[in-house]
Amino acid sequence: MDAVLLARIQFGLTIGFHYIFPPMTIGLGWMIFHYNNRYQENGNELYHQLAKFWTRIFAITFIIGVATGITMEFQFGTNWANYSRFVGDIFGAPLAAEGVFAFFLESSFLGILLYGRKHVSQRMYWFSSLMVACGATLSAFWIVVANSWQQTPAGYEIIEKTLASGEIVRQAQLTNFWEAVFNPSTLLRYSHVIMSALCVGTFFVLGTSAWQILKGRHVEFARASMRSAVVPAFAVIMLTMVVGHHHGHQVSQTQPAKLAAFEGLWETGPNAPLMLLGFPNEKEEKNDFAIQIPGMVSLFVGGSFDTEVQGLKDFAPEDRPPVAVSFWSFHLMFYLGMWFALVSFVGVILWLKKKLTSYKWYLWAATLTVPLPFVANEVGWIAAEVGRQPWVVYNELRTSHAVSASVSAGEILASMIMFGLIYTLLFCLWIFLLKKQFHKGPDPIEMTEGEVA
Amino acid sequence: MTALQVTWFLLIGILIIGYAILDGFDLGVGFWHLFAKKKSERSAFIHSIEPFWDGNEVWLLTGGGALFAAFPPVYASVFSGFYLAMMLVLLGLIFRAVAIEYRDKVDSPAWTRAWDIAFAVGSVLPSILYGVAIGNVVRGLELNALGDYTAGFFALLNPFSLLCGLVGLSMFALHGAFYLSMKLDGEIAAEARGWATKTWYVFLVLFMVAVTMGLRGGYIRAWDGVDFKRFIPMATILLALVSNSIAFMFNKKEKGKGAFIASSCTIAFVMLSVATAVFPYMVFCTNDEAWSLTVSNSSSSPLTLFSMLIIALIGMPIVLGYTWFIHHIFRAKVKVHKD
Ligand code: HDD
Ligand code: HEM
Ligand code: HEM
Repeated sequence: MDAVLLARIQFGLTIGFHYIFPPMTIGLGWMIFHYNNRYQENGNELYHQLAKFWTRIFAITFIIGVATGITMEFQFGTNWANYSRFVGDIFGAPLAAEGVFAFFLESSFLGILLYGRKHVSQRMYWFSSLMVACGATLSAFWIVVANSWQQTPAGYEIIEKTLASGEIVRQAQLTNFWEAVFNPSTLLRYSHVIMSALCVGTFFVLGTSAWQILKGRHVEFARASMRSAVVPAFAVIMLTMVVGHHHGHQVSQTQPAKLAAFEGLWETGPNAPLMLLGFPNEKEEKNDFAIQIPGMVSLFVGGSFDTEVQGLKDFAPEDRPPVAVSFWSFHLMFYLGMWFALVSFVGVILWLKKKLTSYKWYLWAATLTVPLPFVANEVGWIAAEVGRQPWVVYNELRTSHAVSASVSAGEILASMIMFGLIYTLLFCLWIFLLKKQFHKGPDPIEMTEGEVA
Repeated sequence: MTALQVTWFLLIGILIIGYAILDGFDLGVGFWHLFAKKKSERSAFIHSIEPFWDGNEVWLLTGGGALFAAFPPVYASVFSGFYLAMMLVLLGLIFRAVAIEYRDKVDSPAWTRAWDIAFAVGSVLPSILYGVAIGNVVRGLELNALGDYTAGFFALLNPFSLLCGLVGLSMFALHGAFYLSMKLDGEIAAEARGWATKTWYVFLVLFMVAVTMGLRGGYIRAWDGVDFKRFIPMATILLALVSNSIAFMFNKKEKGKGAFIASSCTIAFVMLSVATAVFPYMVFCTNDEAWSLTVSNSSSSPLTLFSMLIIALIGMPIVLGYTWFIHHIFRAKVKVHKD
């Protein structure tokens, strides 16, 4: 296999693995803050124990995010040297800012949250839990800035630089810092990413607690956890979908080839249909077994059925993203989003009727939903990243020109096997420790049903 | 060469020094981890670094990010050139991070033992590899016209660089021993002082041999028309030796904090001697000097350097604040519980 393909697979796998954990820590971080906050307000021991319990889950998860994040930080240099040279003038700054502004904040206060109970006042403890949640949320900002810049570059110019050896290379040079940071997709992508992370956190608390109830373990706590999560879950999935809608509109303006791939749209023209289901067929440039609603994509892009939307045939085959992967990952995200909306909506109704934890079928639905927000996050990124191909920096640098020249395919294969083994091990350990924590549950307290609501 | 470029060279230096001092002590603790005989002592070792190590590691991440931003070609050439070595560093850092968090999570001697080994190996491996990497940067690398490293993995394992690897390991081990003697009490603190004394000699010898080899290899690079330039690394080496001796004396007098601070200064001076020796080069190209990556030909644009300077001026005081704050909160000595 060639080095470019291997490097892509390695990057995809390592970032995909890293990205299992941050959304959960962002989401759980805020849930924990919420519990600490309630405890601070009314001194209810229940919230104290909830905070402690979910902090343990948080710690087990956080650490793998940290361990795998270090890989990501190095990988731009190790595997994508030419990319690093090309984008360094713009791309490195957000990465450094992330360290300075977010990781330090988070790691310092996490030290207090995990080990400092006895060393600080209750108020300081509360503050630390707030700072950890903020730190996690901020961590995502700068990396999303960097990523958004390569999706929709702005605030730069391309220069030709003469090296000391006389070779001439192209590279991007910053012309406006703020334009680069707040490029056309930054804010929408960041909001969407954070909302999706909150989906992971809230549905995780909801579903794992439902499972505890089904298994008859730590039932009182589990009920309280479920009640605390259902309304936030509904709220964040609604926001995720609203922001996602605007995000899609943004894509239609900045990356038309990607939008066409998301929608499986081959022909350019007005009255562009929305394909609910179907199989994009790249060889024959059409869709098999398509179920479509005519005109919907035109309406979405331009507000009227007459809006002309560019189809894939408008782009040279070498400038098109892989259509099937883009289409499926995008649609899977969308359908999962619908499912989450349904589950949490039903949950809210049941909660209003004070029956949230009464029906087995609902508890099962919530339980089975636990892994799905993780999947939605992964496929969302896959849609965004694969849809950007064949460009690594949109319309400026092709992925095939971005790799490290000094690294051989054999070396990448070796490191990939290493990561494969370690990450599999870490994943198994993570699941094992989570299960153990759920069996053990929170520390017991005396309480009555009435105190909880 | 502009003032902004030199400033960034210095700032990257400060980040790397900060990393070496801070993560240096917890890597060093990792080295001693397997020397502790009792289970209770090993737990105390871990507790002594638990609240700090992640923050310490962020210095590495920030340093890496800053290098990427300020000198992209250097980041690209060095990181891709050292590919396999970097992967081994990652292996070490991943296992050690997880070990610290997971070792107490299951009540089983075999489980704890496995993580203890992972923690120790995960600490020793990066300590050596950092030294090897620095050794190679000091020596210079073989590059092609585009700046890609060409000589392959095994060329990195030359005698000088391997020696630097040992210098790195002994430096962190010494620093870790001072840290333990400051942070712990009683018997185990005394033992750590003993370790420090022994390691002190080892480090001194290795360091002096490395300095000699470096001088004979001509690794102090000349700088156009600035004659006094070559005295600066010599002065920093002297300062390193002085502060190292002070650390030794504090250790003898059982003043853990003093020894630790002096040892931090030693590390700073050692790193400064490296920085001032290579300056104005960042990666000296051994096959054609003109192809070298220098502070002036490898930096980002003035606008980027300036924007980053603002970020650094806002961010660094806050970071120092956090670092002080967290050490202040966890300033109490760590107790060794009875087995
Ligand atoms: C700031 C940068 C950045 C960020 C935040 C992400 N990626 Fe990415 N991704 C890249 C920067 C990048 C890249 C370095 O630019 C790659 C390597 C090759 C390429 O074309 O883009 C890439 C490729 C890439 C590919 C391979 C695409 C292909 O080759 O067809 C996949 C599947 C992902 N990424 C998945 C993800 C996931 C699941 C992420 C969730 C966090 C993610 N990326 C975040
Ligand atoms: C290629 C891109 C990425 C790089 C280089 C990267 C780098 C890192 C690093 C080095 C850490 C560990 C920090 C520490 O030691 O405390 C980390 C953790 C984290 N990352 Fe990433 N990351 C990437 C992608 C992302 C994305 C896309 C997100 C979210 C949208 C994200 C969110 C986080 C968060 C919240 C943490 C801290 C908590 C945790 O890991 O659970 N990262 N990342
Ligand atoms: C149901 C309505 C949703 C819509 C309309 C939507 C829309 C979008 C669009 C258009 C993109 C691609 C942006 C690009 O390529 O530049 C995207 C990416 C993404 N989506 Fe969604 N999304 C929805 C639901 C979800 C849900 C439920 C999750 C996770 C819980 C999610 C997580 C993500 C992630 C992590 C990305 C990648 C980052 C990004 O580009 O923003 N999305 N979404």
